[in-house]
Amino acid sequence: MSQKIDLDQRRFRQIIRGKIKQNLRKYISHGEMIARKGQKTVAIPLPQVNIPHFRHGGKQQGGVGQGDGEEGDAIGQGEAQPGAGEAGDRPGEHMVEVDVTLDELAEILGEELQLPRIEPKGAERIIAHKDRYTGIRSTGPESLKHFRRTYKQALKRQISTGTYDPNNPIIVPIRDDKRYRSWKTEPLPQSNAVIIYMMDVSGSMGDEQKEIVRIESFWLDTWLRSQYEGIESRYIIHDAMAKEVDRDTFFSTRESGGTMISSAFKLCAKLIEDEYPPEEWNIYPFHFSDGDNWSVDDTVTCVELLRNRILPAVNLFCYGQVESPYGSGQFIKDLQEHFGEEQKVVTSEIKGKEAIMDSIRDFLGKGK
Amino acid sequence: MQQDIEGHAKDYGLDFFPIIYEVLDYKTMHEVAAYGGFPTRYPHWRFGMDYEQLSKGYEFGMQKIYEMVINTNPSYAYLLEGNSLVDQKTVMAHVCGHVDFFKHNYFFSKTNRKMIDGMANHASLVRRHMSRQGQSPVEDFIDVCLSLENLIDPMSPFIAREAKPVEASDKDETTEIPRLRAKQYMDKYINPPEFIEAQRKKQEEEDEKKRTRFPAQPQRDILKFLIDHAPLERWKRDCLEIIRREAYYFAPQAMTKIMNEGWATYWHSKIMTEKAASAAEIIDYADACAGILATSPGRMNPYKLGVELYRHVEQRWNKGQFGREWDQCDEMSAKRDWDRRLGLGRDKVFEVRKLYNDVTFIDEFFTLEFCLEQKFYTFGFNERSGNWEIMSREFAKVKEQMLRSLTNRGQPFIYVEDGNFENRGELLLRHSHEGVDLDMGEARDTLQNLYRVWTRPVSLLTKVDSKGKILRFDDDGFSDRSATIE
Repeated sequence: MSQKIDLDQRRFRQIIRGKIKQNLRKYISHGEMIARKGQKTVAIPLPQVNIPHFRHGGKQQGGVGQGDGEEGDAIGQGEAQPGAGEAGDRPGEHMVEVDVTLDELAEILGEELQLPRIEPKGAERIIAHKDRYTGIRSTGPESLKHFRRTYKQALKRQISTGTYDPNNPIIVPIRDDKRYRSWKTEPLPQSNAVIIYMMDVSGSMGDEQKEIVRIESFWLDTWLRSQYEGIESRYIIHDAMAKEVDRDTFFSTRESGGTMISSAFKLCAKLIEDEYPPEEWNIYPFHFSDGDNWSVDDTVTCVELLRNRILPAVNLFCYGQVESPYGSGQFIKDLQEHFGEEQKVVTSEIKGKEAIMDSIRDFLGKGK
Repeated sequence: MQQDIEGHAKDYGLDFFPIIYEVLDYKTMHEVAAYGGFPTRYPHWRFGMDYEQLSKGYEFGMQKIYEMVINTNPSYAYLLEGNSLVDQKTVMAHVCGHVDFFKHNYFFSKTNRKMIDGMANHASLVRRHMSRQGQSPVEDFIDVCLSLENLIDPMSPFIAREAKPVEASDKDETTEIPRLRAKQYMDKYINPPEFIEAQRKKQEEEDEKKRTRFPAQPQRDILKFLIDHAPLERWKRDCLEIIRREAYYFAPQAMTKIMNEGWATYWHSKIMTEKAASAAEIIDYADACAGILATSPGRMNPYKLGVELYRHVEQRWNKGQFGREWDQCDEMSAKRDWDRRLGLGRDKVFEVRKLYNDVTFIDEFFTLEFCLEQKFYTFGFNERSGNWEIMSREFAKVKEQMLRSLTNRGQPFIYVEDGNFENRGELLLRHSHEGVDLDMGEARDTLQNLYRVWTRPVSLLTKVDSKGKILRFDDDGFSDRSATIE
C-alpha cells in the first residue's frame, strides 16, 4: 500500500545517503556505529537531520529528574545528554537508539548497502554427501519398516477389493503391502568461510586508525557471518614482521616499527595453503594499512605474492587504506596499478568514520 | 464503547468537542503521527524522517504509540489496531481528558479549530509553488523557514493590538528649543547663537532617531517582522507565513505539555479505575499505565509530573491546605495533619486546567512538600567524572531549574532590536541572556538562514562566556566581534 508519506520518506533517505542536498550533509548525525554489544544485541542510532535553530547550548544545561539517589550519584554516562522533558507536539529525542540482534543488523546492513547475497563457492564441485531417509521403496530390511505407509497400502488394497468392513475395521497387510524407508543421497554444498584480517600496526597507525579498522571489521564480520553457516576468522598483525594473534590482541596492539606488507601476505598465503584448501573454503582476506610500505621492492614482492599465491585461492581480496598523518598512502596506488582490472581485488580508501559504510559497500558490493 | 466512556467522562464534568475515532494499522498510525496528527501536510522530508524514526522504534519494540488526538472541532483521535480492549478503553478515557483540555484551557482559546482544512490548504499551496518553482528551491526555502520556526511570540495572540504609533510630526513644525533662563537684555550673552544652534542640532538628532527607530519596540515575533519587511518573492512569503501559522497553532501544546498530559492521565486513571475497567481488565490496565508513568533517572516524565501535581492540588484543596494561614504555618506536623474537609479539590483542578500553563502551574503549585514527596532532584554534568550526576535536592534549586527549562518552551528569548542597523538596512537581533549561552554552531547556521531571508547582513547581539558579542553574517560569511551588553 503506497502511502503519502512514502514520498517524504524517500526524500529523507536520499538526503541521508548524501545523494542530494549536500548542504544538509553536515547536519546528519550517525553517531557511534557501535554503541554496545551486550549479549547478542547492539545499539545503533538512527540517522537524523537536525535543522539548526537558535537554542541554548549544551554546556550549561542540566535538568530535573525524579527518583532515589544521593547527591553526587551518577545517573548517566559520558557526553550523551539525557533529554529534559521535550515539550512539543510530538515526542522527540535527540538521538534515537535501537537495540537489534546481530542477525537483524546484518540484514539491515545488506539492505542499506544493497549487498547482494554471496554465492557459496563450489556449488558445482560437490564433495560432501549426506544420506537422508526421505524415500520409500517396497523392499527392505524389517528394521526400516515404514508402519504408516504399510497400513495405508493395505487399506487401499482392501477397499479396492471390497474386503474392507467399516463396522469391523481390521486391516491385515500382506507381503505386497509392506513399505520400507529408504535413503536419498543429497549433495551438501559446503559453505564454509574464513576471514583473514590483516592489519598494519606500525608506528604510523594511531588509535583513531585502529578504531576505524575495528568498526569496519565488526561490520564485515557481522555481514559475512550472516551469509555463511560456519565462519572462522584469523588475525594477522604486522609491522616489519607478521604474526598471527587472537582477536583481542589484534585490536589492542601498540606495535611500532617499520612496515613490510609482504610479511603479512606471506603469512596469509601460508595460512591458506596449510589450513584452508580453497575447494572447501571461501576465503576473504582483508588488509588494512595506511599505505606506507617500506620500499618499492617490498611492494613488488607483495604484488607477486598476491598474483601467484593468494588471488587464485580466494574469493575476494580487499585492501582498505585508512588515512593517517604519517602514511604516504602509496600502497593503494600500487595495487590499483597492478590489479586495476582484476575483479578479485577491491581497494577502498577510508577517510574517516563516516566513510566506513561506503568502504564496506565497495568491498562487498559485488557478491562474491 | 465510545459512548460509555464519554458518558462517564461527562458525568465527572468533562466537557469536550465531539470526538471522531479512527482505528489505524500501525503503518498508517505512524504516518499520521509523523504528520503531527493530520492526514496531510505539505511535502517535506522532515515528515519522512519522523516517520522513519517512529516506524523503526516500533519495529524494534522500543515504543508504541497508543493514541493520537488533535486540537480541532470536531476532534479526531486515532487508535492503534491490534491494541487490546483494555488499552483502547484507556486511550479513549485519556483522549476525553485531552479534548476537554483543548476546549477549555485559556492558551488554546485562539487556535484554529478547523486546522484540518488549514493544513490541507497549506499543503496544496506549497504543491502549487513547487510545480511552478521546482521542488528543490521550495523545499530548500522551507528548510530555511523551519530553522526560524521558534522565533515567534506565543503570547501575542492574547495581547490587545497596540495602537498605531503616532506619525512623525512634520519637519516644518518648530520645536521648542530649550534655552537657559535669562532676562531679555542678557539673552544675547547667556544664550549666544552658537549655543542655540547646538541645542537645535541636538534636538533634531533626537527627533530623527525617534522617528526612524524601527521597529518602534523590540519585537519577539521575528517571523512576522520578516514577512512584513523582508524583500521576499510572493512564493517565499507564502511559505514563511505557512510556517508561522503552523508554529502558532502548535505553540500552546508546547506550553502546556505537562498540564495536558497530566490532565488526561488523571482522568483516564479515574474513569478506568472507578468506572470502566472490569476486574479482569484492571491488571492489564495497571501494567500499561506503569509503563507510561515510569520515571527514568535523566528525564522528567510530563505524564507523571502532571498527574501527581493535579492530585496533589486536589488533595490540598480538599483538605483546605492553602491560603494565608497555611502559608504562614511553620510546623511540619501541623501541616501534615491539616484537614479542613473543604472538599474543594475537584473544582479547583477544573479551574486550574482552565487558567494555567506549564510555567504558571509549576510556579504556583510546585511546593516544597510536593518536591520532597516526589523525590525530585536537579542533575548536571560533572566535567571531572564525565558523568551526569545528581546535584541537589534543594527545593529552591529544583524549582528554579524546572522553571528555567520550561520558560518559553525551553527556547531562548530573541528579539528584533533594529531593522535598520547601522543605517544600512541591516538586521540586528538581540538575545536576552538569562544565564545560558546559545549553541554557537547552530546559531551561526541559523544566522545564515536569516540572511537568506533578509538578503542584507544580519547580526545577533548576545553573551558568550559572560562577554558581550555580536555575531554577524553577511556577504563575506560569518564573523564576530565584542560588544557591550547589559
